[in-house]
Amino acid sequence: MKNLVELIDVSLTYGKTLAVSNLSMKVPEGSFSAVVGPSGCGKSSLMKLVTGLMPATSGSVLVDNKEISGPVSIVGMAFQNPNLLPWRTTLQNVLLPLEVVRPERHQFRARREEFVGRAMDLLKIVGLENFADHYPWQLSGGMQQRVSLCRSLIHQPRLLMLDEPFGALDAFTREELWDVLQAIWLERRFTAILVTHDLREALYLADDVHVMSNRPGRVVRTVSTSAFSRPRNEHTFIEPAFNESVMELRADIRRQRMPIDVAAVSQGASKVESKA
Amino acid sequence: MTKLDRLGPILLPIAMILIWELACRVFEIPAFVLPSPLLIWGALIDNLYIIWFHASQTLFTTVIGFAIAVVFGAILGIMVGSSRFAYTSLYPMLVGFNSIPKVAIVPVLVVWFGIGAVPAVITAFMLSFFPIAVNVATGLATIEPELRDVLRSLGASQLDIVRKIGIPRSLPYLFASLKISITLAFVGSVISETLASNRGIGTLMTQASANFRIPLVFAGLVVIALMGVVMYAIFAIIEKRMTGWATRGTTFGVGG
Repeated sequence: MKNLVELIDVSLTYGKTLAVSNLSMKVPEGSFSAVVGPSGCGKSSLMKLVTGLMPATSGSVLVDNKEISGPVSIVGMAFQNPNLLPWRTTLQNVLLPLEVVRPERHQFRARREEFVGRAMDLLKIVGLENFADHYPWQLSGGMQQRVSLCRSLIHQPRLLMLDEPFGALDAFTREELWDVLQAIWLERRFTAILVTHDLREALYLADDVHVMSNRPGRVVRTVSTSAFSRPRNEHTFIEPAFNESVMELRADIRRQRMPIDVAAVSQGASKVESKA
Repeated sequence: MTKLDRLGPILLPIAMILIWELACRVFEIPAFVLPSPLLIWGALIDNLYIIWFHASQTLFTTVIGFAIAVVFGAILGIMVGSSRFAYTSLYPMLVGFNSIPKVAIVPVLVVWFGIGAVPAVITAFMLSFFPIAVNVATGLATIEPELRDVLRSLGASQLDIVRKIGIPRSLPYLFASLKISITLAFVGSVISETLASNRGIGTLMTQASANFRIPLVFAGLVVIALMGVVMYAIFAIIEKRMTGWATRGTTFGVGG
């Protein structure tokens, strides 16, 4: 399969900090990739690099076999915060990208009915077809996040970028939305990159899980999840292989932690004691 | 709202007027120091025509000055709020300009435009555009960066972002500032009329106090206050209509 996204030896410097360095990664077209790593490892930088919002300091970012030089409009994005516009209804929020992206923005009036149909199809998949005329303040956090997912997919992007989209939700809602996302992905088969720090989430949703190192971030290991059949469900969580993979990934992340000098800590503690 | 909440805005002024009236009678305060509410009311009724002659002028200059301030302030706010260059270069100058007491500018305006309506309109404008510009700029400058990224990744221009998100988002800020600005606009035109005009509530009050007609001075004050309250109320209603989404609770959802 050809790669939709390929990062080759990419570095990115923000001001004086080196956010990522020697980052290489391949995302095949139609696959679901997850990126996990310790906090501050440059996951958000990865988002900005792949979407073309920020140019790489060195190395190359290829999207669709072309080196990118600016925002790539084949991408949809969703974040931890749903960021819905409070003055728009659910349906109007979902339609927002079509008012901006080319060429749809010039056809918005003429093809409005078709676009509304597309939006309603998406809302149906996430179970919100009856909430199209509600305003964001009338929706719960999980429902708002579903709307945000629909908004990120309305312009039929070939690449979906998700930056910890379920990070702020409670555990039940989060698992519910994993299944929602899996259902949409199985139906549409777009390429997806999910940035997360939930290891179970990464293994449950993705085909490939990339582990990133501490800052400056680079990919240290890639784990394939092809052993778990799709569609995945609650039985996946209790498969021994699944839990083993979770443990392995956790060990990888722990290795990336800042080393803690145990000797120094106990010395400091004894000093405090002797003072007292 | 309970009954008491609704009656409060009516009861409190009535109570204040009663205490005022009583205090004037009990302590026998001379009318040229502090006229009683009844005397003020009398002056208001006796001079109704002349008060209307002056008040209509004040209302006219205030509304014109304010209208210019809304257009200019909103455009300035959009510029300052949507461009970093405009922000850094314009903001210090704006703050400096706003710190100048406008009373000090009126004599200059009189030299340029003569006495009358023009200096009043300009003073009203100068006092009222600043809150509008600052509020609109704030609404634009505080767009969530993720939302900006979503649109930018779709190929949106800065203008698209301002149109689709910035302007609707800054409307609540704009309307909040209109309520403040309209009262400031009254201050501006009355200051100018007090210093240099033949017509307007400010002029009326200056003439009345020169003639020791203190009840008439107070009647003028009452009229200014009433006009301010009415204009404030009009904008409060428009605000509620236009930006109801901003004042609703954001935390209660239905199910799910």
